Order: sequence, then C-alpha cells, then structure tokens
Amino acid sequence: MGRQLLLEKIKVEGIRGYETYRREGGYRSVEKALKTMTPDQVTDEVKKSGLRGRGGAGFPTGMKWSFLAKPEGVPRYLVCNADESEPGTFKDRYLMEFLPHLLIEGLIVSSYALGCKRTYIYIRGEYAWIPEILETAIAEAKAAGWLGQNILGTGFELEIYVQVGAGAYICGEETALLESLEGKRGNPRIKPPFPAIKGLWDCPTVVNNVETLAAVVPILNFGGEEYAKIGIGKSTGTKLLSACGNINKPGVYEIDMTISVEEFIFSDEYCGGIANGKRLKACIPGGSSVPILPANLLLKTAKGETRLMNYESLSDGGFAKGSMMGSGGFIVLDEDQCVVRHTLTLARFYRHESCGQCSPCREGTGWMEKILRNIENGKGKSSDIDLLWDIQRKIEGNTICPLGDAAAWPVAAAIRHFRDEFEWHVNNPVECLTRNYGLAHYADPLTPVTA
Amino acid sequence: MAEEKKLFKVTIDNITIEVEPGTSILMAARRIGGEVAPPAMCYYTKLKGSGGKCRTCLVEVTAGSTADPRPMPKLVASCRTNVMDGMVVRNITSEKVIDARNGVVEFLLINHPLDCPICDQAGECSLQDLSYEHGKEGTRYEFQRRTFEKHDLGPYIQLHMTRCILCYRCVYVADQLTERREHGVLDRGDHSEIATYIKKALDHDFIGNIIDVCPVGALTDRTFRFKNRVWFLKPVEAHRECNHPKCCGKVTLWYRGEEVFRVTARKDEWGEVVDWICNECRFEKKKTSDWMIEGPTRVDRHSVISQGHYVGVVRPQEVVYDVMGGRKPKLLMDIHSVSEVNEPSIDLSKIEGPAHSTDFEPKKLTN
Repeated sequence: MGRQLLLEKIKVEGIRGYETYRREGGYRSVEKALKTMTPDQVTDEVKKSGLRGRGGAGFPTGMKWSFLAKPEGVPRYLVCNADESEPGTFKDRYLMEFLPHLLIEGLIVSSYALGCKRTYIYIRGEYAWIPEILETAIAEAKAAGWLGQNILGTGFELEIYVQVGAGAYICGEETALLESLEGKRGNPRIKPPFPAIKGLWDCPTVVNNVETLAAVVPILNFGGEEYAKIGIGKSTGTKLLSACGNINKPGVYEIDMTISVEEFIFSDEYCGGIANGKRLKACIPGGSSVPILPANLLLKTAKGETRLMNYESLSDGGFAKGSMMGSGGFIVLDEDQCVVRHTLTLARFYRHESCGQCSPCREGTGWMEKILRNIENGKGKSSDIDLLWDIQRKIEGNTICPLGDAAAWPVAAAIRHFRDEFEWHVNNPVECLTRNYGLAHYADPLTPVTA
Repeated sequence: MAEEKKLFKVTIDNITIEVEPGTSILMAARRIGGEVAPPAMCYYTKLKGSGGKCRTCLVEVTAGSTADPRPMPKLVASCRTNVMDGMVVRNITSEKVIDARNGVVEFLLINHPLDCPICDQAGECSLQDLSYEHGKEGTRYEFQRRTFEKHDLGPYIQLHMTRCILCYRCVYVADQLTERREHGVLDRGDHSEIATYIKKALDHDFIGNIIDVCPVGALTDRTFRFKNRVWFLKPVEAHRECNHPKCCGKVTLWYRGEEVFRVTARKDEWGEVVDWICNECRFEKKKTSDWMIEGPTRVDRHSVISQGHYVGVVRPQEVVYDVMGGRKPKLLMDIHSVSEVNEPSIDLSKIEGPAHSTDFEPKKLTN
C-alpha cells in the first residue's frame, strides 16, 4: 500500500466542509508557516522536498519560486492553474471537488512564501460545478480567519479569487492563462519575459498547478526532507494519476512513485487490470500530449529494466524509446483499440484547440487531422505517413508555446511505434473500415539490447 | 551614467557588427542587409508588440553570449529576441533554419488561395516574395482550402479573409493608431478570422493604414481594386499640407500616365511604412494638383515594380562573400572555363550530324 499524503482523508465524511477538514488536522501547515517560519524558510522547505511541478513539465517548484522577481512596491501574484484540459487528466478536478480546503490551505502557505496578497484560481469553464465548491470553501476559510486581513495576528493578508475560463485548452498554458485572466483573448505570450518577471498585469507572477500547491501542505506538515524520502531519485513525494481507458478500475490514484507500471495497471489496488480479460496494447502514461508507448516498451525500458511510475523511468530512452510523466493522465488501450483512430482523435482535439496565433501550429494541426482522417477512412496513401512525419517535425519546436509540441508528439510517437498499423490501414482500405489491426506484435518481448 | 554606451557585438552569418543593447536579432541583421536579414511576415517595427507569430524569421543561436556561450535549444524568433554581447547567430548558413523556414512557408501557403493573377497585392506581396524565395513549386496539400466570404469594411477597405495569414498587424494598427479598435480576431486555430463580429464598417481617420501593413491581399483599397497592376504603375514621392494634426502628409503616388491610381504611405526597404497617413490623403486626394511632387520613388531591384525601368532602382548590398567567410561560393563556377565549350579541340563542322558528348574527349574535372 503506497503512502497517501493528499488523498488520505478524502473518504472522511464531510471533509469538503471546513469543520471536518479542520478537525482532521487541516490548516496546521498555515499555523506552522505563519507563526514559526519566514517566507524564505517555507521556500527552502519546498526546495528541500524536491517537489516537481505536477502540471506536466515537472519543473522543480522551489526553484520556480526562487526565480520570482521581488522589486519593491510592485505586487506579486500567485495563480493556481486549474485549467486542467488535457484529455485523460482529471486529477485536479477530483482534488478540488472533494478536498477544496486542501487547495486553499496550500494556496495560503504558498502565497505567504511568495509574498502575494492576491491569489487567483483560474479554473476551466467545463468544470461548471466546481467554482461554487471553491467559493464556499473560500468563504468558510475567511469566516474562520484564514483569509482576509491580519491572518492569525501576523499581519499577513490574503484574498483568493476564483476565475472561470471560457473553455479553451490553450488557457492552460501559463501565459495564455494570464492573458485570459486579464480579460483578453487567451493567446500565449512570447517569452521572454517569463511570468516570474512580468506576469499578471506585468507584475511578477508564479503559476502553479492545483496538485503542486496542494502538495505544499504535506511538505510543511512533515518537513521537506521527510517528504523527499518518499519516492526514488528526483521523483519525490506522491503523485496523483488519473487512470482511464480499458481498465477495470478507472479513477484517481495516489502513488508514491516507487511502483512499477505493470503493478499500477494490473494490481487490484490500482487499475485492476485490463477490462474484459483483454490484453494490453498500448498506453499513454502522462496525458494526451506525451508519446504513446506499445505494451512491450511500456512495461520494460529499452534496456530491459522494469519501468517504474516516476519522472525518470517513464522518460528513460528519450522520445525514441520512452515517454513522459506529464500531467498524470494514464490512458490505457487494449488489444481492440485502433491506434490510427486514436491518433486522429487527438489530432482533432489539437486542431480545435490551437489558438491560431503562430503559423506552424495553426496550419499544421489542421493538416495533420485531415491526413489522419483520410488514413482512418481508408483513403490514405503510403506517402501520407511520411508526410505526417514531416509535418509534425516542422511543427515541433518552432511554435510560440508548447501546444505545437503537444500536437506533434502524439502523432510522431504513433508513427514511430505503430508504423505497421498505419501501413496496414493504407494497404487494406476496405478491411480497415470493419476490423482493427489488433494487438499484433506490440506486446512481444523486446529483443535484448546488446552493447 | 557613463557617457558612451556600451555596444553589443553580435555575429550573424559570420558577419560581426556592433549594435546597441536592446536591439533585436532581426534589426541587427537588417543593419547588415541583403539575404542575412530574415524575412518577417508579422513583425512591424512601428507596431509595438507585433512579431513572433509567423515564425518565418526563426534563426539559430549557436552561442547565447560571451558570458553564457551555450547555444539556445530551439530556433528563436529573431524579431522578438534581443541580441546579447558576443551572441553568434546563424540564419542562411544554418540548415535547420532553412528547413524550418521552408516548413513555415509551406504552412502559410496550404490555406492561401493561389489567386495571385487576380489579387491586387500581387507584385508587392510579402507572401509572394517569401514563397518565391523559400517555397516549392508543388504542394503536398490535397484538401480543400479554407475560404471565407468577402467583406466590405466600409467604403474604403475590403477584407478578403481567405488570403489572410493572421499576422495581427492590422489589429495592432487599430489598437495603436485609432481610439477604438473595432475589429479583431474571432475564433481560434485554423478557423480563426479577422472580423468585426457583426458586419460593421471600420471608420477612423487612420484606419486606411491597415491596407499598407497587410502583408498579403487580405485588406485591399476599394478605391483601387482591379484598377491596375502595381507593376504598371510608377511610384512617385509627394507631399501636401494635410490639415490632420497627426498626419505627416508624405505619401507615394502611383501613376499610370497622368492619372494617380492610388495613394499609399511611403515604405522603407523592408516594406514597412515610414510614416502613417490619414484616410483623406489616402482615399480623397487623387489629383496631381493636390500634391507637391518630390521625385520618383526608389524601388528595390528585386521588386517586380522595377521592371518598368524607372530611375532610382536600388541595388541591394551583396553579402554572400562575407557570409562565406571571404570564400567564393562553390556553386558560382565559370561553366565555360570548366567545360571549355568555347575552345573545343574538335571542329564541329566536321562531325556528321549533331554533336554528342562522346565526340569530345573526356575531360578530367579537378577541384
């Protein structure tokens, strides 16, 4: 049984309300931070914990905080990125819906560390019922004296505001989020300057994921060093994973990043194996943007080692033979799933969500979708596969924001690992409309790597 | 503060120049001139905040600065990246850049209609120049192109959204030159469009400048549409005492014979407006008697407008020797001396039938 730090109390009845949350030990970290620590000490604790951003990129949070510019007389802002729109990722929703006070507690401690007096939660428009839960929790926290002026008599003041987005994936990109928060069109900004220098209303700003901010609470409660002992190497602490697809038990799980991918998929504690007794074909381990892996490369790395559920192990082998931890959206495909169709679905999503600001992403995503649609519908040509590869190559790295990369990677990985399935679609235009390619050789043992 | 400003040394395509701190790579490259300057479809010197969108000006930074000589991991938009002291940039000498730029040109063209023969912008279109330099003759795009309805933005301007490459320049013009922006970008992705939301006329003294900043034929002058091709016109610089306090009154008149077909703002060698003009100068004053004529406009040698052999054709600076580090370009060999075609050892008149390569002695090529 893995250690649970975030979801430990989630099953407690009434934990969504302030009374129960406080009775179960809530807001201890705020007391500890505000009464016994300086803001820099809190940042140091987070640095020591080795906490890495849970939104996808995995950048060390303590480092990000220390980059925040602190000019005199200029307000600083903390923005909580709750625009969780990646297909397959729904961990933040679970956290906000059932443990809203945990997020607010994390926000108070983080704002104290960063010296922010105004903090925003930017939540995606599709989570229509959650702003009310958050607003209620904020009101409760304020009534109990955790927000407002002179918190705990320390002179620290803080207000938290909830801002609802209008339903755009791109607003999860931090600078697009800030534009949207300022009331403008959600186009990503051109960096530099980075938000740490010039963010919300041109003031220094830190944008953190919901789970990252929630993780600050156990770090403060147990201490950074204690937190860093959980996990392996640079993957410290616990991580929420939202598992979905063809598994017996889809849902949000907290893991301590020491378990193997195989255990996560097949143990009854987590996903409970592939549904309907089918076999595993492929999996996207970290949300729709990260490369898909066939079963053989997913369970074992190219070196033949067992692949673990953590940042390093999942990215072992680079993009050629590995993937990424990403935002923790764990999508499992069984033997009946068609990778071409699956890739088309993702390409359609990215075409729809591209902001249209820079040319490679705007035009390239639409082009890829059209080609994939042809291949899926039995109208593809064998040259289309190379064309797709060339298009994704010309998008990747040449765009303003990472959405271009996020659109290119799934297509690249699908062609890299499942090229024969694409070719089968092209060569069997009639059969591919009625039948799937199936598991083929994707779960076969890897040929051992010889030095 | 010290009197003399410290200048930054930057090397672009093997040519080193000194520029003031805060200069972008693009502007530094333009100082060198010629092919070294990356093309720019969305950046506009006079429009604050523009640039970074079209990605045609991507360059490779092989050394960030003297202090931190690490290369930048990705290609950067030269219009929005400032030079650092000791920075080393590769533009046309980098294969990565050329490859990425070809990709961008292809992306810009997949949804662009190839209606140059009926487009008023033809001959002064940035996209036409760009695709001429970097594009391929064929297309790999086999789908229907995105189209929009034509849309009149008032009496003077027509919006032909199908041709738009979403450079956002016209949005910045409206933001920065007029009191209230009445158009913008609607929707997102490849279906986004420049529009006024509810069909509305754009009505402002300076809104005509959006025609000049548009790099393609998406925004055209309704008083000039289909009247003439630009390369049949003769550009002449002129000015008038304009009553509008913000208008400089300095324009280019486009003549054919005695008739002024259109009036535009003056443009510099990079195709950017030198000074904004008001709608009255642009649309209302089309008689020679309205203007004080200064003389013919200088036209770039590469521009199709120069085919009229007007005086004042500007020959751009040749940079290829500097780029190659003083070496002669390999491809430019004297084919006649190599082939010795002018001094054949055989008398052609003595061959029966047409000459064939086998009739000549095989020559050994030496490098």
